[in-house]
Amino acid sequence: MATKEHCEENPIISSSQSAKREGMPVIRIEPARGWVSLKIKELLAYRELIYFLMWRDIKVRYKQTVLGVAWALIQPFFTTVVFSLFFGRLAKVPSDGIPYPIFSFAAMVPWTFFAHGLTESSNSLVNSANLIKKVYFPRLAIPIATVLSGIIDFALAFLMLIGMMFYFGFVPTINIVWIPFFLLLALVTSLGVSLWLSAMNVQFRDVRYVIPFLTQVWLFSTPIAYPSSLLQEPWRTIYGLNPMVGVVEGFRWALLGTSTTPGPTLFASSFAALLIMFSGALYFRRMEKTFADVV
Amino acid sequence: MSEIAIRAERLSKKYHIGKTQAKYKTLRDTLTDAFISPFRRAGKLLRGQSTGASELDETIWALKDVSFEIKKGEVVGIIGRNGAGKSTLLKILSRITTPIDGFAEIHGNVGSLLEVGTGFHPELTGRENIYLNGAILGMKRVEIDRKFDEIVAFAEVETFIDTPVKHYSSGMYLRLAFAVAAHLEPEILIVDEVLAVGDARFQKKCLNKMQDVGKEGRTVLFVSHNMPAITRLCKRTILLDDGSVLKDGPSHHVVSAYLNSGLGITGVREWNDLRKAPGNDIVRLCAVRVRTKDGRVTDAVDIREPVGIEVEYEVLKPGHVLLPNFGFDNEDGQCVFVTIDHDPAWRQTPRPVGRFASTVWVPGNFLAEGTLIVGVGIMTEDPLIIHFDESHAVAFQVIDSLDGDSARGNYTGTYPGTVRPLLKWTTKPYQDGNITTISGSQMESHVMSNYAPDRVSFSAHGLSESI
Repeated sequence: MATKEHCEENPIISSSQSAKREGMPVIRIEPARGWVSLKIKELLAYRELIYFLMWRDIKVRYKQTVLGVAWALIQPFFTTVVFSLFFGRLAKVPSDGIPYPIFSFAAMVPWTFFAHGLTESSNSLVNSANLIKKVYFPRLAIPIATVLSGIIDFALAFLMLIGMMFYFGFVPTINIVWIPFFLLLALVTSLGVSLWLSAMNVQFRDVRYVIPFLTQVWLFSTPIAYPSSLLQEPWRTIYGLNPMVGVVEGFRWALLGTSTTPGPTLFASSFAALLIMFSGALYFRRMEKTFADVV
Repeated sequence: MSEIAIRAERLSKKYHIGKTQAKYKTLRDTLTDAFISPFRRAGKLLRGQSTGASELDETIWALKDVSFEIKKGEVVGIIGRNGAGKSTLLKILSRITTPIDGFAEIHGNVGSLLEVGTGFHPELTGRENIYLNGAILGMKRVEIDRKFDEIVAFAEVETFIDTPVKHYSSGMYLRLAFAVAAHLEPEILIVDEVLAVGDARFQKKCLNKMQDVGKEGRTVLFVSHNMPAITRLCKRTILLDDGSVLKDGPSHHVVSAYLNSGLGITGVREWNDLRKAPGNDIVRLCAVRVRTKDGRVTDAVDIREPVGIEVEYEVLKPGHVLLPNFGFDNEDGQCVFVTIDHDPAWRQTPRPVGRFASTVWVPGNFLAEGTLIVGVGIMTEDPLIIHFDESHAVAFQVIDSLDGDSARGNYTGTYPGTVRPLLKWTTKPYQDGNITTISGSQMESHVMSNYAPDRVSFSAHGLSESI
């Protein structure tokens, strides 16, 4: 039997392999006490797992939907249409001298990335309960992979944004090279918040009901439908403590050349984002040991 | 090779089990409590007093002071009843959960296999799932690349490798899942009851694979209810009961102690020494066996197939009418049914001296899934003499392989009930006054088809045969 031969091959492969490994790791399993390290090194060792989880999320996201990946465009697009009608046309909200649709869409693209990442990954641990109960791996991999998997949707929406810019007669300036930085800022914020929420969600399913509410409040606390130039300094810098303010204004500055040049606001946003992420990661690590028992 | 691979020292783990619901006295109390308790809870939470679980008062020790050492290259079995702490121990050693006391040291990298197919995604193809599942189990991509063909061949799913696994039969799905897991190559392998997959042939293949792993000099920790597999694969076995190590030693010693203690699942029990066997000077018990329709002794039967329970006994003194009987209990300790030999051939006939075997056939599509514990007795009526009454004589598992033709149909969720008959259903447009009836002959043929394959053995049920 062919399969029998395969079985016999095994010892050769494995013995040569285990001979290669020399420094024997010693793992000590102890009761959870106090704060723990972030174990970034271990997380890096599992980067392939993060990659595969991300890839799974991307592959599966639009399976069995009629419109498929078009959903990545439909959502931000129609929100922009609604905003343009009600805020732009009817309420005459100022837009820093830029046509309102492109003004709000430039903000909606990073916002959708942020809000989706937050919603999906806050539920990610609970959705992966089976995995958590049966296999060991750094649990951080789950929310990280989920947030990262939003990149594809973002890329599509971003292409649409570029197309819309040409339609409205905007040519991207050299400042576009800063876009990856602003995207990273959105990613860090999204991940930071989801680390907090996903870890809490394991124990308190109340979180699930808080998320839609939270994203809605956050949407209106971020200058998407209106410009942050409505605020005067020093309020504008303080407003920047909402990291999404830095992201959204940064996108507008880099793509549309608005006058809201990133300055103190961006520092405030970056600081807040990093704070949320590190505190989130610590909280996550601390709660991690109980996940399998509680989820 | 006397290096230590795993050292566990006083490992303990406590679980909270649901709090007994406080009773509300009046409607007013109920209402005020409904309003106040969320705030009280939130307040407690903010003060950091409660983390949900600590509110529940009842706890059980899943593990208590478990210590052992396992040397490099040892293959060790872990056995025990459900709830004895086996899974908790494996979970701690696999770092899925933490102990509340004690510690464990693990020298070498660990691959744990607590369930096959963890992380399989139904929408992804077989190929994609191999990579995903491999990564989840801790394999490197290049490693999976290298073993890919081997995995596919082992699972025997070559033609379907690019089909989404949701279209797989449950057998194919399990085979693929096990194949990925079987190709893990850690220094220490932790395996929980994963051999109970697929058909008998595939199970055998899995066992062989496990045996190979053991021969390669890797350390294996293996939990199973399958006693023959344990004795075959492991030199040493640890018996857990109520969260503590009850016995630790050579497998055949520990396994037989376990079986004799009535804690285990076994499809056959034999009493070799007639003088010590249950019974009296009229009749003594020799053996009890669970048999499939083709006569094989088994401890697991397909839910669709009939199962025979055979009692072998030695009649030492003639002149008594003997009535063998069986009682079937399920895992919850509920009596499913009892059955007494009513074979007309022996009903009023005193039994001569000799060795007899009486068999009862339980039809397929009748028992519910799960473990059934069979008690056996022989009695004489008028005056009543109970010659012996051996509860927990044998046990077997009823397994639904989810092929869609059992009482479940294609439903795979929770299915309560102590029995699970496959009944005839009809649906037709409703008309006033029409009453659906089933003719006698239809009824009979339907019922009888359940008693297949061996109508003869059914009608000749309980027939004693001399050996």
